[in-house]
Amino acid sequence: MKFAYYPGCSSTGTSADYEKSTRAVCRALGVQLEDIPGWNCCGSTPAHAVDTELSAALCARNLDIAARLGAEKLLTPCPSCLSNLRHAAHRMEDPAFRSRVNELLDEPCAETFPQTYSVMQALGDVFDTDLIAQRAGQKLKGLKLAPYYGCLMSRPAEIMRFGDPENPTLMENLLAACGAEVLDFPLKTDCCGASHGIPERSVTARLSGRILQMAQTMNADALVVACPLCQMNLDLRQRQAAKAAGTEFNIPVLYFTQVMGLAFGLSPRELGFEKLCVSPQPLLDKLAAARRTDASDRKVNS
Amino acid sequence: MDVINLVQARDPSFIQDVESESGQHVASCYQCGNCTAGCPAGFAYDMQAHQIMRGVQLGLKDQVLGAKSLWMCLSCSTCSQRCPNNIDVAAVMETLRHMARREGRVAVPRVNKFWLSFLDTVRYCGRTYELGVMALYMLRSLRVFTDVDLAPQALAKRKLDLIPHGAPDGGAEAVGRIVERYKKRCEREGVRP
Ligand code: SF4
Ligand code: SF4
Repeated sequence: MKFAYYPGCSSTGTSADYEKSTRAVCRALGVQLEDIPGWNCCGSTPAHAVDTELSAALCARNLDIAARLGAEKLLTPCPSCLSNLRHAAHRMEDPAFRSRVNELLDEPCAETFPQTYSVMQALGDVFDTDLIAQRAGQKLKGLKLAPYYGCLMSRPAEIMRFGDPENPTLMENLLAACGAEVLDFPLKTDCCGASHGIPERSVTARLSGRILQMAQTMNADALVVACPLCQMNLDLRQRQAAKAAGTEFNIPVLYFTQVMGLAFGLSPRELGFEKLCVSPQPLLDKLAAARRTDASDRKVNS
Repeated sequence: MDVINLVQARDPSFIQDVESESGQHVASCYQCGNCTAGCPAGFAYDMQAHQIMRGVQLGLKDQVLGAKSLWMCLSCSTCSQRCPNNIDVAAVMETLRHMARREGRVAVPRVNKFWLSFLDTVRYCGRTYELGVMALYMLRSLRVFTDVDLAPQALAKRKLDLIPHGAPDGGAEAVGRIVERYKKRCEREGVRP
């Protein structure tokens, strides 16, 4: 199975571990990702906050490249990129808007674009959970995980089409198929503070702090995320959030692909674990201990 | 909120402009406050989301376009999701941001400066370059990097590229041309890019 692939800018820096683990998990499942050549930034929040047509033009260039490749589906790991690409494709259905955007491009873009999906959605669509469960040889038994989608993955509902916009469950299904204990995380679609981390740090610290606090109260071994910006706010900025809340947190924040990769028996190195700021070692130790007990139980029983 | 003189402060065309630009029927807002109740950034707002909606209905252009809230909004769409009248409140907020910028009214300049710094790196590299964004933002805002506490970890974990990764295969140049055309058009049309 082959998909056109848009990695997004953070793939080379802040979320290189998401990128690595996404590719590793896709490889393990026999999914081929073909990078669209010469892709550019989708413009992220700043472009759409400044101008809708500029944002759409930046996205349209990428969608156009994917269309010219003849791709049916374009995947991206990042919900913010996905949101921008989908908004652009949706707005381009209006001919007046399209011609304003075309004016900004080198040449008018393709009439129709491939559909854009998040990697998570594509994996959920293509593989049923039984198949994922079969593939997950190294069950994650004993791990308590808090799934956190962030605000962009499922909203606005008409554009993102990701199940219930305030209670999506796809990640839960994937993690459960990997054998983990999945918490019913009440803040799963709340906002982490998004791109205000630099200019309005206190907003981000407060919102991320709420999420971390809840994960801590629920005794989660880790928060599991699908968004590079959420991951950065919750992991790299975890100490800022703790300071603002007058407490301490020690919660690893893993990408869902890193968790799936562990269940598939891939090594932490192959999944970019060394990039995580809050050490995942306690979680890895717990997993190893659970697996040892399992193995000795099996010996006793046989 | 201060007391407002509704006779003097109203601009009746404001609601029409906002509705046509955002595609949202702001008139149908009945002030239930659901948008505000779910807004994660409300604690940092000077006018709450439902007050902004009311301000638009009343034509309080000056006050609405001068609100800090427009810049503190996180575009999380919780408000839109929960509005019983299906108003995409987040889209209205975005339209108001665009209008405020065009009128040269940016109530929280540092957020705007951050966005412009981000877009500058995209313009030159075709892709985001985080260290470049921070450097430009520091210059623009004359603020010493507020995240110095993160630098050691970010660098040790190689979270930040020390050199920019430009978009290959002509991508960086193509993006440069898109931004150029956009700026020229803004000039032609007499709006602020
Ligand atoms: S989109 Fe903006 S106004 Fe609406 S809930 Fe989110 S932060 Fe508040
Ligand atoms: S949720 Fe909708 S109807 Fe209620 S106050 Fe907000 S915009 Fe108005």
